[in-house]
Amino acid sequence: MKKYLPHIIFAGLCVVPLMDLSSYIMHILILVLMWSVIGMAWNILGGYTGQVSFGHAAFFGFGAYTAGILYYHLGISAWWGIPACVVILTALSLVVGYICLRLRGAYFALATLALGEICRVTTENLVDFTQGNMGIMIRERTWVDKTWYFYIILFIAAGTFLLIKIVMESKLGYYFVAIREDQDAAESLGIDTTFYKTISLCLSGVLTGIAGAFFMNYMGYIDPGVVFPLYDISITTVMVVMVGGAATYWGPVVGAVIMVFLAEEIRSLPYIGAAHMTIFGVILILIILFVPNGLVGDYRRLLKPFKHKKEASS
Amino acid sequence: MSLIEVKNVSKQFGGLAALTDVSFVLNKDEILGLIGPNGAGKTTMFNVINGFYRPTKGDVLLSGKRVSNLRPHVLCKLGVARTFQVVRPLQRMSTLDNVIASAFIRIKSKAEAEKLSLDVLQFTGLSDDINVLSKGLPLGKRKRLEIARALATQPEIILLDEAFAGLNPTEINEQIEIVQKIRTERGITILIIEHHMKVIMAVSDRIIVLNYGQKIAEGTPSEIGHNPVVIEAYLGEEHSA
Repeated sequence: MKKYLPHIIFAGLCVVPLMDLSSYIMHILILVLMWSVIGMAWNILGGYTGQVSFGHAAFFGFGAYTAGILYYHLGISAWWGIPACVVILTALSLVVGYICLRLRGAYFALATLALGEICRVTTENLVDFTQGNMGIMIRERTWVDKTWYFYIILFIAAGTFLLIKIVMESKLGYYFVAIREDQDAAESLGIDTTFYKTISLCLSGVLTGIAGAFFMNYMGYIDPGVVFPLYDISITTVMVVMVGGAATYWGPVVGAVIMVFLAEEIRSLPYIGAAHMTIFGVILILIILFVPNGLVGDYRRLLKPFKHKKEASS
Repeated sequence: MSLIEVKNVSKQFGGLAALTDVSFVLNKDEILGLIGPNGAGKTTMFNVINGFYRPTKGDVLLSGKRVSNLRPHVLCKLGVARTFQVVRPLQRMSTLDNVIASAFIRIKSKAEAEKLSLDVLQFTGLSDDINVLSKGLPLGKRKRLEIARALATQPEIILLDEAFAGLNPTEINEQIEIVQKIRTERGITILIIEHHMKVIMAVSDRIIVLNYGQKIAEGTPSEIGHNPVVIEAYLGEEHSA
């Protein structure tokens, strides 16, 4: 049963558009899937390989701008951004990896934090190339209806899930986890840590970029503040994985569901809606204190108090 | 035939000379002991051979080729494996996964890597613990896991850094047996650091003594046991009797 869970969920999601849901619900579902992709991508680097990044907005934004600039400057469909960003993001990841991956732990995290901000400020100022803060708008949307967007992001998410599963059960996966657990020991066991960390970063970066390119196509408008922000993208990415459970297959998906719904709900509350970031901060602290491995990682522990009660009452 | 040749190696950390002009040879099929008081530079010597440190002066040769500028993972590919003094298992991985991760260095497919790992785990007597998370293993077994991981890289030479420290007498005897089997059954050459005199005298063919980063003696266990310089620096009067 558990083995077929991905198939069942995938099949379930495939029929969702046939249920004639409101456009708002479809929008939320698309966001959930998109955040799952970003979360899963971050999880490769941060969860499995143990290199925590606070700059995934850089990869997301690069993907989005790759699509946007192809459309704006070359006049071709922004959908070309998805294949194009495989190349662009690999290149970016190699450069970032060369510079940042020699750093360890907190220093790597700080370097990626800076990376995100560098990208945002650069994009704001390269007005001729990126339109700066005016942003890029796609005038003619591919579809008005959300059905096809839903299917596209669903296939991207399913593909990402499958890819990660294959990778994590291969030599590559073992090497990633070995690097997370002890870099020096891994090195002396014959693992070229720099090389494999770079591969991890490339995978993570490209997948995040694909999500970004999809975002450009789906939303039809981007500007640096939308795709490169520290809080709304980089930190939220970390939150999605932390809430769901780092280094688990389902963690990022569960995290994405919770975070997207939470964000929507909290934002619509009167008075405290504007403080949704504060509330996220509090949630993150609670997560770290009580379920450090996330909901998926610690679900057994979460169920424990209930089981105890049952045993006591019986 | 010399597998590893250490030629006039010095290593300085700032003003501190951890190793000064140390030379020795590790022959094929030999068990060579490396002893000395705390801070004598034994582990530093390992780190130089293994590629974690670059020697300040001198060279390390592996089968006649200079390897002193290579990184640890390259040396591992060339057939030099090591264990750590402070055990460093990959904590949140099972015992089996720990070994599989190191078996991948020469094996592509997971099935074969798993086969080799199970074999190595049986060799080190860990067959009953394959699914235990390695942070849950007691020290004795962690030490053996270190050896299992090193063996899974299918090395020519193993550097054992205090593989006996902290073990109880029974565990020590088991461990001696494993070390001897590594040579007799697998044909692997061993360089071993050890404080436990009984062990080092029992397993080594030759012993090298370091003190304050300098080599002060070299010889067979009985020669070393009677060497006045070694007794003065390390063994103490009691042992010479």
